[in-house]
Amino acid sequence: METLKFDLDAKPLREINQFLHGDASTLNGKKVVIENPNGAHSVAVGLKADVDVTIKGHTGYYAAGMNQLAKVTIEGSAGSGVAENMMSGVVHVKGFASNAAGATANGGLLIIDGDAGLRTGIAMKGVDIVVGGSVGSFSAFMAQAGNFVILGDAGEGLGDSIYEAKLFVRGKVKSLGADCEEKTMNAEDKQILADLLKKSGHADVSPDSFKQYGSARTLYHFHVDNAGAY
Amino acid sequence: MCGIVGLLIKNPKMRDSIGELMMPMLIGMTERGPDSAGMAMFTAPVASDSRKFSLFSGTSDFNWTKLGHDFEKHLSVKATVEPKENHAILTTSLEPSTVKMWLKEHYPQLHLLSVGQLMDIYKDVGTPAEVAERYDFKNFKGTHLVGHTRMATESAITPAHAHPFTAGEDWCLVHNGSLSNAHSLRRKLEKEGINFETDNDTEAACRFLQWRMREGDDLKTALNAGFEELDGFYTLLMGTSTELALVRDPYGCKPAIIAEHDDYVAIASEFRSLAHLPDIKNAKVFEPSPKEMYVWKL
Repeated sequence: METLKFDLDAKPLREINQFLHGDASTLNGKKVVIENPNGAHSVAVGLKADVDVTIKGHTGYYAAGMNQLAKVTIEGSAGSGVAENMMSGVVHVKGFASNAAGATANGGLLIIDGDAGLRTGIAMKGVDIVVGGSVGSFSAFMAQAGNFVILGDAGEGLGDSIYEAKLFVRGKVKSLGADCEEKTMNAEDKQILADLLKKSGHADVSPDSFKQYGSARTLYHFHVDNAGAY
Repeated sequence: MCGIVGLLIKNPKMRDSIGELMMPMLIGMTERGPDSAGMAMFTAPVASDSRKFSLFSGTSDFNWTKLGHDFEKHLSVKATVEPKENHAILTTSLEPSTVKMWLKEHYPQLHLLSVGQLMDIYKDVGTPAEVAERYDFKNFKGTHLVGHTRMATESAITPAHAHPFTAGEDWCLVHNGSLSNAHSLRRKLEKEGINFETDNDTEAACRFLQWRMREGDDLKTALNAGFEELDGFYTLLMGTSTELALVRDPYGCKPAIIAEHDDYVAIASEFRSLAHLPDIKNAKVFEPSPKEMYVWKL
């Protein structure tokens, strides 16, 4: 496979991103390496081709945001909003991720090997997220669809005001948010979990070690008994 | 938005180059805070019977030599004045209360930015690069520092509104965030006899901690009280004579990232300010948890 190297110390980010926004037919199947990201914002955002991008270091805000089709690997850690609004493809953070990772993402797979910050998967709309470490408070807030696997612990208010989405947690949950409750894992759920563990490099982890959470669906419609809560 | 930076040098051999090491950190926070910048630098201490007073004149044509002469003549005491543009450091063995009273009477136009044996403060409007150039930040020597780049959101852009703020000798604070109850805090604290210099929300947080510590709290207890009383978003970085301390609000609204290395501890709002530190690849880089206090000692 052809590998193209870019050095962010030598080339402006905009030029690299514009290259990555080129015609899909010229990018499909290519391998791109970006060196010296040094915490820059918006690295490899808006990709829409089947290209393999490796970022050799830590990124700033919104890395790989709005991703479609591409596989983006961040060898370091990611700042706020990594893979926000991702539509498809794979984003893999080998270090930790800051707040709001995978926010509003519609599809694709977001893998974070380390911990993730607050509000991970906030308003997720169909993405699959696997976090190897723990997640901060208010994760999966208003989650609408998708699957969220947490191998470590979850902070306060997990799944607050959740619509749908399946949450799988192996560690402790500090507290569940409003209308989020523990669910019984059925065979189909277990298969989803097992597949995601396999895809994210955790094939050795047993799905049986997880608990599942989801929506109690009591906030779907206005109910007069809840008036005090508004 | 604002940017914060902190650097504490553990390896004594590197302390002469702390200014140079810090420069890319401060410049890296320009986009987060382009309108003003400030720096508290902890240097070698002055003689045990003396103190340094960081003064700000507002104009670069201020006659600092005359101030030194007047001070020595009126008060019959030795003093040194080291000017840098519109700032100067006055060193003397007189009690702070005497110095403050004399300044108020004879030079009411001067702002007293800080008092202490180690800490100098410089702050002014302009881009971080301009402010750093004006006061020669890159040649600072010392053990640790606390810096700030400001993007004003709730009060005026003036040197006095820039950070750091102080709440006691050799004690300073910078803030990224905003407080929505700064005015009510201020009314409450003024009743307790705490004086304010500006209407800046960060100053309200600073005075709140000053008040708690005056009432006998240690910093940790004061910050715990702050979690209850400070309504808003904040990452606070504080410097004392021997340590740096960091705390984020319970919702983690404002960022911070830490690099711990055998030679140094560096703190910034974002990694791009840490990327150019020596051997950063071997530092332990992590994000501090909200509502937890982190302290690094020299």
